[in-house]
Amino acid sequence: MESLSFDLSQTALREVNQFLHGADLASKVSKVSITQPDGKHAIAAGLNADVEVEIDGHAGYYAAGMNQLARVTITGSAGTGVAENMMSGSVHVKGFASNAAGATAQGGLLVIDGDAGLRCGISLKGADIVVGGSVGSFSAFMAQAGNLVILGDAGEALGDSIYEARIFVRGKVKSLGADCEEKTMGDAEKKILADLLARAGHKDVSVDSFKLYGSARTLYNFHVDNAGAY
Amino acid sequence: MCGIVGLLVKKPALREQLGELMMPMLIGMTERGPDSAGLAVFNDTVDVDHRKISIYSGFTEAGEDFDWNGLVHGLREHLVIDARVQARGNHAVLTVSGEPEAARHWIKEHHPRLHLLSTGRSISVFKDVGTPAEVADRYDFKSLKGTHVVAHTRMATESAITADRAHPFTAGEDFCLIHNGSLSNAAGLRRKLEPLGIHFETDNDTEAACRYIEWRLGEGDTLHQALDHAFKELDGFYTLLMATSDQLALVRDPFACKPAVVAEHDDYVAIASEFRSLAHLPGIRDAKVFEPGPEEMYVWKA
Repeated sequence: MESLSFDLSQTALREVNQFLHGADLASKVSKVSITQPDGKHAIAAGLNADVEVEIDGHAGYYAAGMNQLARVTITGSAGTGVAENMMSGSVHVKGFASNAAGATAQGGLLVIDGDAGLRCGISLKGADIVVGGSVGSFSAFMAQAGNLVILGDAGEALGDSIYEARIFVRGKVKSLGADCEEKTMGDAEKKILADLLARAGHKDVSVDSFKLYGSARTLYNFHVDNAGAY
Repeated sequence: MCGIVGLLVKKPALREQLGELMMPMLIGMTERGPDSAGLAVFNDTVDVDHRKISIYSGFTEAGEDFDWNGLVHGLREHLVIDARVQARGNHAVLTVSGEPEAARHWIKEHHPRLHLLSTGRSISVFKDVGTPAEVADRYDFKSLKGTHVVAHTRMATESAITADRAHPFTAGEDFCLIHNGSLSNAAGLRRKLEPLGIHFETDNDTEAACRYIEWRLGEGDTLHQALDHAFKELDGFYTLLMATSDQLALVRDPFACKPAVVAEHDDYVAIASEFRSLAHLPGIRDAKVFEPGPEEMYVWKA
């Protein structure tokens, strides 16, 4: 199994992404390193192969978006929409992530070691996100399925209009959004949390230091008393 | 969209290279703003009895062949003041003694199609339509020296593509503002300020923000108080970068709709809409890179 390196100051990003989209990539190469990313957009977006990709530096918008199978690591920070609509595989941001990290992601694991910006996990559809730092306002807005684990604090309107996703927060929550409430953490949820913490490199963090938030399910059905609001 | 960049050098030796260091930052924002570009640079502060006035002649018939020396002679003769000019095509920086308002008034009266870009002891403004590379080349941005600079690449959404609607906007003296975003209540701000005697020169939304904040400063607000008022009054999406003779200030709207990244280094503070404009700064790997939070004020002293 070969390992390959691309320097984005020398090779065009489109060429690198086309290589990563090539047929039978996983049989040709096991690891791809990308240096000098310098904040370029859509680096390693749209992968669909069981390979390891390391982006050494700061990535721009939509890095590793729509990821399937690949294991992508960004050693620096990531711009807006990292791992948006990820289907499977994993994305690990060692620095901070900007707004809308993991938006609409349907599967796989997104790990952010630093802070995440606003709208982290917006419309989450089944993926798992573990944020080592804090998240900005409107995170997990309309999140439908999956788990958002926050080791730091959460901003305003956490989990607004949430469906069946779970939010675990260790720090303070500035405010909860509409229809989001604290839940009792049962053994099943503790197991999910412990597993995610271990996979994200936080196995020493106690699950008992977290609170669980989820949907109060009061917005699921039309309520006639709200008719005046329409 | 639009791109904003700002660079404040802390190491005096770097002042000589301010334009050179800023150039890749500006070019890096070309995709965010390909229709116009501009900057405000702070340098060569004149004494308290003098002011620098930046002027654009692109709307006059002569355009870049405007008779700048004729303008200087006229000012000297009619107002009996010191006047000198440093011209580059359709832009000039005029230095005058005495009451700056008298000089501004005389220029507007005798050359109504000249557009005044800025007034102050240290600010100079250059802005025009064209790609950032074309505009930078036209006015030789890379040779600029100074303590700090803010620059903008524009993708017009709220008003037409003309030189006077490019950024930076200025108000009062030694104050300028650049903006990524759009304001939905710019007309309302204008209706509030015009009865107070504040004159607008374009229909651009950023001009309203610029004049609003400068008005608050003139009312005695500190920069922090003025920005607190701005958070309450400005409705829309914005990352605003402001500069005075000795400060840079950055704010983002409460929803952080528009981006910003900051790099703090021992030798400089650099601000840009995206990291790709910071990637080529010397020593960037040692800088503290972070994303400024929404509705917070960041102020750096020159």
